[in-house]
Amino acid sequence: MKELRLMKGNEAFAEAVIRAGADGYFGYPITPQSEVMEYLMAQKPYETTGMVVLQAESEIAAINMVYGGAAAGKRVLTSSSSPGISLKQEGISYIAAAELPCVILNAVRGGPGLGTIQPSQSDYFQSTKGGGHGDYRLIVLAPASVQEMADFGFLGFDLAFKYRNPVLILSDGAIGQMMEKVELQEQRPRFTEEEIIKNTPWAAVGKPTTRERNIVTSLRLDSHEQEKHNIHLQAKYKVIQENETRYETLKCEDADYILIAYGTSARLCLKAVDLARAKGIKVGLLRPITLFPFPTKPIAELATRTKGMLSVEMSAGQMVEDVRLAVGDKVKVEHFGRMGGVIPSPVEVLEALESKLIGG
Amino acid sequence: MDTVTREDIRKPENIVYQKTKLMTDNTLSFCPGCGHGTAHRIVMEVIDEMGLQDKTIGIAPVGCSVLAYDFMNIDMVQAAHGRAPAVATALKRLYPEKCIFSYQGDGDLAAIGTAETIHACNRGENIVIIFINNGIYGMTGGQMAPTTLEGMKTATCPYGRDIKMMGNPLKMTELVATLPGTIYVTRQSVHTPANVRKAKKAIRKAFDNQMNNKGGVSFVEIVSNCNSGWKMTPTQANQWMVDNMFPFYPLGDIKVNED
Repeated sequence: MKELRLMKGNEAFAEAVIRAGADGYFGYPITPQSEVMEYLMAQKPYETTGMVVLQAESEIAAINMVYGGAAAGKRVLTSSSSPGISLKQEGISYIAAAELPCVILNAVRGGPGLGTIQPSQSDYFQSTKGGGHGDYRLIVLAPASVQEMADFGFLGFDLAFKYRNPVLILSDGAIGQMMEKVELQEQRPRFTEEEIIKNTPWAAVGKPTTRERNIVTSLRLDSHEQEKHNIHLQAKYKVIQENETRYETLKCEDADYILIAYGTSARLCLKAVDLARAKGIKVGLLRPITLFPFPTKPIAELATRTKGMLSVEMSAGQMVEDVRLAVGDKVKVEHFGRMGGVIPSPVEVLEALESKLIGG
Repeated sequence: MDTVTREDIRKPENIVYQKTKLMTDNTLSFCPGCGHGTAHRIVMEVIDEMGLQDKTIGIAPVGCSVLAYDFMNIDMVQAAHGRAPAVATALKRLYPEKCIFSYQGDGDLAAIGTAETIHACNRGENIVIIFINNGIYGMTGGQMAPTTLEGMKTATCPYGRDIKMMGNPLKMTELVATLPGTIYVTRQSVHTPANVRKAKKAIRKAFDNQMNNKGGVSFVEIVSNCNSGWKMTPTQANQWMVDNMFPFYPLGDIKVNED
């Protein structure tokens, strides 16, 4: 039976991954997402579902624990915030290269450097363009509510295993710390060893005499072999782009102007749309739910019947580049954002729309 | 005395030595004279003798033994440089009944992976760590390792390791022996048949500890040569190891926790 609770975003995510049948969480404390591990340790899932929860000595160790667990076919995850996610990038690159499924939560905080603990969206480039070394992509989910923090716990694992690819959930301190009503899904069982052997036949679980040994590696010394692997990865990312693009639109049908925003920014834009419409300006909102794959096609389509677009991000302007790639020179695309952990107000969004697109 | 025929020699009961069952037919990529091949072999012999092939997940490091999975006929995971103990931690926590070991060189275990090594040992993970110490970075062309001896010449200390400038060689094995999470810490070598037998016995003890759930890290250092990196013949390298490495890295058990 489904269950309603009032929860913080970080806690809803933690509860959801237990219910999603996670086998292991490996993390290191960092604000503003420490509640994830705190909640898991308090719930003691190792006594109920058998899920392992371990505080690692570093973000680097944590992501490599995820690498190890995923290499053996287990549902494993880690969570962190921007500086910690930077530390994990080497491991994430290995995981992407070895095509291992896992879930990573980044509660983005203002940067660069140690920056601030307040909400930010300045890790968009890092999240969607690779992050670590080499040509690879993560599937990037951008929750805008506590409900989505919980839902993406399930969706994240499902996509990760469907494509043998790491899934990044790109949240921030606002989504993680605020409390909302959340409908929790039912507990699903963890994989049995028989299921792991059947569903992830590549996993290193111990070699029986009936098959060749399984090797999980990201090393290919022969450049042609490496290129073959690169081509295979790129083909997979193309399939992901074709099948997994997720977004939602609000009041775009009659809109003259479109706000493009994800996560916390999208919530502000809901109010900005109302403020604009109260003034007689027809504004709609497109909210990317997946940042990779990016909703290029629907944005390109909207560009054929609107006058301009404003990419609203809590950054210096990162997603706006993808919006411009989608739109080309069909309509004017501008960026508005605050940085350093400052959340803009809906009034500021409307003023930016008026000055940059309508009045400008 | 009857004449021994070729057929007699081939009878299973007359076999005195044969290729290790759990080694693949791939040609070893190690330099002739290197200790890695022997170390690989005795680890695989122990896994075979204990009947653990279907339960074992090995972890290969970055370094000369990065391709261990080409030679060991078991399921293997290749880890990022230095991170093998973290990978091993997760594997053992998620599969407590399986046999998990890491196989790491000195750069991997004692430099870039120091934190992972110390914390896995301190947590008392029920795993085996095989540590090959040859005092040099072989794969990248013979640079200074954390275990390079004072005065020893490498590509990045061409005039010899200067302690004031480059710091001291690190005795990682003695260090992990001080941690409560290690139950068996030993230093061995594979440069003579007698030492190979001793090293194999130590490895067997380490894996016995894990499979008997003794609850802690069993840590086996193997002091080995790197004749290519040391720029010596294999024979010279083994002698140099006896004369120079063993006085600083003495062989024998450092910590043995009995029940």
